Amino acid sequence: MAMLAEPRYHSPEVLDEVFTDLEHFGPSGLPFAGGTDVVVGLRKGKLAPRVMVDLKRVADLAQGIEVNDTWLRIGALTTLSRLVAHPDVRSHFPALVEAANTVGSIQIRNRATLAGNICNASPAADTAPALLAYHARIALVSRHGIRQMPVADFVLGPRRTALRAGEVVNGIDLPLDGGVAGSSFTRLTRRRGVDLATVSVCAVVDRRGTHIAYGAVAPRPFVLTDNAGVLADPHADPAARKALLTGFAAHASPISDLRGSREYRQAMVITCSERALQTAITRRHRP
Amino acid sequence: MSSHRVTLDINGEPHSLDVTATQTLLDALRWQLDLTGTKKCCAEGECGACTVLLDGLAVNSCLVLATELHGASVTTIEGIGTPSSLSRLQDAFLAEGAVQCGFCIPGMVMAAHALLADQPHPDAATIRDRLSGNLCRCAGYPRILRAVQLASSQADE
Ligand code: FES
Ligand code: FES
Repeated sequence: MAMLAEPRYHSPEVLDEVFTDLEHFGPSGLPFAGGTDVVVGLRKGKLAPRVMVDLKRVADLAQGIEVNDTWLRIGALTTLSRLVAHPDVRSHFPALVEAANTVGSIQIRNRATLAGNICNASPAADTAPALLAYHARIALVSRHGIRQMPVADFVLGPRRTALRAGEVVNGIDLPLDGGVAGSSFTRLTRRRGVDLATVSVCAVVDRRGTHIAYGAVAPRPFVLTDNAGVLADPHADPAARKALLTGFAAHASPISDLRGSREYRQAMVITCSERALQTAITRRHRP
Repeated sequence: MSSHRVTLDINGEPHSLDVTATQTLLDALRWQLDLTGTKKCCAEGECGACTVLLDGLAVNSCLVLATELHGASVTTIEGIGTPSSLSRLQDAFLAEGAVQCGFCIPGMVMAAHALLADQPHPDAATIRDRLSGNLCRCAGYPRILRAVQLASSQADE
């Protein structure tokens, strides 16, 4: 059996060296941070880079979590453990905390980064629906500067993102201008504990509307918004609410796999969205 | 094959290792350093048998590359206690009869050790949650839970 050539390992200290590596090696250069998905990919032969570019020591990549009046910025190297422990993330974005806490185990979350979870672009990535429902934007940095886009536009499909050659994630911004919001993340798994989601839903009710985002039920996560106030109204006719959520669920195109059949997932999309919405509304009106 | 020299601290001792880019910390511990207390099972982050502390945090050593660890500090089960002087947590595992075949136990002890360092008196739900990345195929979970509770109750004595 032919041995795959061992890649090289680089640990640049500044972004400039990262860009040089990515220019030199093109698609066979693999930037990574926590490495929890990358190491598995290497071992299974799904990834065969010529050079691995470790981003963890890059001094000019945003490291921690920064907060100003309008944004909370999660630096590219922020691990999920640090994310869920941050007081501002906990108070403003509880559904992101709930979602991040379902990624792997504590051992994984101590290494894995939020940015890496999104770049990996698994249809079942748990943090994606939460970022979509909160209208997060992702900042990408290259030699040509920084560009930003909604996370919803960044994830294109299974393992596909809008990341261009020579670009890495700089950070993920969450808006703080939605007013008093209620939010909740719900996921369905086959068992308690560490498992991939069969269906995941995040609901956010803020002054711009009610945003429901779905994961694991389409090639990529997606978000839909009700601006009419039906979903946000705790006294709305349950039939009207159900009709809206059923309409939303029609955008899902789940597949059958070992975690559940297409039909089961399709039914559970509606159930999960009802649960997530109910909790979000309750949290919003909690004194 | 290109190799990388990595200098790191393992159980308080400085070490220099020559590793390839894709060699995991787990394999370096077991095959190069003969620290075989850290177990290899799934090798993909599912079971927790390979849990060690990296700069004080519990991680799966099968998901960490040795090359990433230049300057890092790693604690393995060999750094927690020795056969002649077990840690309080290890004693508690024995006292509660929590060890059956024993294969998962080093990882369990490391995960529990990280938890108790962080929260000396966790409730049962927290213990279950923080050990949910560690599988025990002998399914000795109730006794493992009791062992962690016992060690936690002794923490101030
Ligand atoms: S061997 Fe590392 S998690 Fe199973
Ligand atoms: S004691 Fe046998 S696997 Fe846990």
